[in-house]
Amino acid sequence: MIHKNMVALILAGGQGSRLGAMTKKVAKPAVPFGGKYRIIDFALSNCSNSGIDTVGILTQYRPQQLSTHIGIGTPWDLDRIHGGVSILPPYMSEAGGDWYRGTANAVYQNLGFLDQYDPSYVLILSGDHIYKMDYRKMLSEHIEKKAEATIAVIDVPLSEASRFGIMNTDDEGRIVSFEEKPAKPKSTLASMGIYIFSYANLKKFLSQDANDPDSDNDFGKNIIPAMIASGQKLIAYRFDGYWKDVGTVQSYWEANMDLLKADNDVKLFQSDWKLYTETGSIPSQYIGPDAELKDSIISEGCVIEGQVDHSVIFPGVYIGKDSRVVDSIVMADCRIEENVIVNKSILLEGVTVKSSNAVGDGKEIAVIDEGKVLSGGGFMD
Amino acid sequence: MKDYMAILNLAENENNIRSLTTNRPIASIPIGSRYRVIDFMLSNLVNAGIGNVGIFTESNSRSLADHLGTGKPWDLNRKNDGLFLFNHGLCNLMYTDSKLIKNNMEYIYRSKSKDVILCSSYMVCNMDFAAVARAHEASGADITVVYTHTEKADTEFSDCFTLDVDPETGKLRGAGKNVGIGKVADVCMEIFLMPKKLLTDFIYKSTSLTSLSNFYNLIFDQIGNLKFNTYRFDGFVSCINTVSSYFKSNMDMLDIGVSSELFRSVERPIFTKIKDEPPTLYVKGCSVCNALIADGCRIEGTVKDSVLGRYVDVEKGAVVENSIILQNVRVHKNARLSHVIIDKNVDIDENTELKGSEYFPLVIEKRNLLR
Repeated sequence: MIHKNMVALILAGGQGSRLGAMTKKVAKPAVPFGGKYRIIDFALSNCSNSGIDTVGILTQYRPQQLSTHIGIGTPWDLDRIHGGVSILPPYMSEAGGDWYRGTANAVYQNLGFLDQYDPSYVLILSGDHIYKMDYRKMLSEHIEKKAEATIAVIDVPLSEASRFGIMNTDDEGRIVSFEEKPAKPKSTLASMGIYIFSYANLKKFLSQDANDPDSDNDFGKNIIPAMIASGQKLIAYRFDGYWKDVGTVQSYWEANMDLLKADNDVKLFQSDWKLYTETGSIPSQYIGPDAELKDSIISEGCVIEGQVDHSVIFPGVYIGKDSRVVDSIVMADCRIEENVIVNKSILLEGVTVKSSNAVGDGKEIAVIDEGKVLSGGGFMD
Repeated sequence: MKDYMAILNLAENENNIRSLTTNRPIASIPIGSRYRVIDFMLSNLVNAGIGNVGIFTESNSRSLADHLGTGKPWDLNRKNDGLFLFNHGLCNLMYTDSKLIKNNMEYIYRSKSKDVILCSSYMVCNMDFAAVARAHEASGADITVVYTHTEKADTEFSDCFTLDVDPETGKLRGAGKNVGIGKVADVCMEIFLMPKKLLTDFIYKSTSLTSLSNFYNLIFDQIGNLKFNTYRFDGFVSCINTVSSYFKSNMDMLDIGVSSELFRSVERPIFTKIKDEPPTLYVKGCSVCNALIADGCRIEGTVKDSVLGRYVDVEKGAVVENSIILQNVRVHKNARLSHVIIDKNVDIDENTELKGSEYFPLVIEKRNLLR
C-alpha cells in the first residue's frame, strides 16, 4: 500500500438548482466559468498547485460532462501511477445500493477509496467555489495546532452572515460552536466548505453518523456539531483572499464580472498558480478592423467584428459587425450575427442570435438556453 | 488509402532565416500566433489517419523536442507506432540526410506500413493527404511528388526545387532550383509518396554511390528510371525559409479567408501544444484592429495589423503596428513598434521606438532587454 499524507475529496454531486438553465444538463461544478474554465477547475488546480496528487471526485447529479471534462486528470497533472484522479459515483454492492444521502454519507460510502491510500489527513472540498488557496498552509496549521479538524473560514460582512454557516471561535481560533445560516449571527466567520480531518478520527465519526437513522448525514449539520459536542479540537483557518460561492445566477454573473478588472482579485494571470483546464487545439482569436473592445476577456477561436464591453467571451464565439455585447457572458461557440445588442445576458453554449436582434433588458440577467436560435425581428423568443 | 508511415525530414535550409533559428530549427519557429511551423505538416499527416511519424532533425532541437513532447497534442502518444524523434549529428544535414536515414533504417523496417510519405515542415499549408494518397494509388506510379504553381517565384519559394511538369500530361520531365529569376514556376513542396521498399532500396543504392548529396537530389536523379506522378496543390501555401517570407506568411494569416483554410477548418484542424494560459484581457482604452491574438495577453495599448503570441503585454500608450510578437513579450508604456518581429521573452522598455519595413522587417532576437 502506498501511504499518502493527504488525500482530497471533492464534493461534486450537487445539482445547483438555483443556477436554473445552467445546470439543466450539467452538474454545477461542470458549469463553464471565466472564459475557458469550468467551476471545478479552481478546486482541482488548487489541489495540483498544492502538491496533492490523489483526488477523489464524488459525483451524482448529471455526471457525464463532468466526467468527460476530468477524464484521467491530465490537465491538472493528475494522471499519476500512484493516486491521481478517481471519479466516485454512487454504486451497487452485495447489500444493495443507495444514492449519496448527504455530504457525510457520500464520504462514508467511499471509505474504501480512502483506505487504499492510508492517508493521515483528508481534505474535503466543494467543487463549486471560485478561489485560489494553498492547502499546504492550512495543513501545517492543522498539524501545528494539533487539531482533529480544521475548517477554512472567511470574514463576511455582518449583513450577509446569515446566508452562511457561521463559526463562533475563541481567542485562539478554536471553534466553540457552529450555526448553519443563523438569523442572528454571533460572528462573521463563514465556513468555506473546506475541511481538513485527521483521517482515523473522521472515520470514527462517519461510522457513528451512519448508524444514526435520524441524521441528515451532512458535514455542516451533523459531523461538525458532533465533533464539537464531544469536546474535540476544531480550529478555524482564516483565509483572506478572493472566495466566491457561485450558487445563484446573480453571484455567478458577479464572479465572472470580477475577472474583468486589470488587477482582478481572482489573479487569473498569476503565473505561479495557474488555473488548469481541459482545452483543445483552437486557433487564436481574430479581432477585426471595426472591433471595439473594453474591459473584457476573450478566449481563443473567437472572431470579433463588433463591440465587446465589460463581458466574458468563451472560445469559438463569433460577434458580427455593428453588434454590441455589454455586461454579458457568452459561452463557447455562440454566434451573434450583425446589428445585435446583447445586454446583461448569459448565453449558454451554442446560442445563435440572428441579425437585428436584442437580448436582455440590462436590468434582470437574461439566461438563454443552450443551443437556442433567436431569430430576427423579435425581442427574444 | 493504404497504410502509410511518414517521415518528416527537417534538413531544411536556414541560411536566410538565421535570426529566428539561432536557438531552434525552422520546424519550431512560432507562427500564426500560437502554432509552430511543424504543427501544420504534422496535423496534415494525423488528419489523414497516419499514426506513425518519424521526425529526423539536426542537433539544435531542444525547442523542437520540448514542443513535441510525447506527441500527445497530435494524438501520437501511441503504444504501437506514434511519434519518433531522431536527433543526430553536428554536421550540416543538407548533405548527409540520406546517411541519417540509413542509420535509422531499423525504424523504417519495423513499421508494418508498406508505403511512405516523405515531407518537410517549412511548407506551411493545410493539405488533404488522403486525397493525395488516393491520387498516388490511382496513378500506378512509383513516386508521387506534390507541387504548387506560383506566379511569385521571384520573391517567394527562394532556393526551392522547381519541377518541369508537362502541362498536358502532368508528366515530370525534370527538376531544378528556383534562383528567383522568373515569376512563374511549379515549385516542389518536398512531399513524396512511395512504397517503403523503394525508399529503402533507393537509400542503400544511393548512399553506396555518394555520401555528399541532398536526399531530394537523389530522388530527382531517378527521373527517367522510375515512374513519377505529379500532384498539383492549389491551396494556400507559405514557404518559411526567409525572414521576409516568415513575415509575409504571418501577415497573410490576418486574412480571414486564409486563416479559415489554414487553421479554422473543422474537418482538418491544426493541433499544437497546450499551454494553460487564461483568456486575453482587453482593458478600457485599448484599441485593437485587424489582429490575431493568442490567449494570455493583456492589451491596454494599440495593436493594429499584427500577430501576437501567448502572454504578450501591451501597456498603456504602446503602439504595435504591422508586427509579429512572439510569446512572453512585454511592450512597456509608450513604446512604438512598426514592422518588427520580436522573438520570445523580450522586454521592450518605455518609450522605445523600433521600425523595420515590409521587405526588411527588424528582428529582435530571443531574450533581449531593449533600453
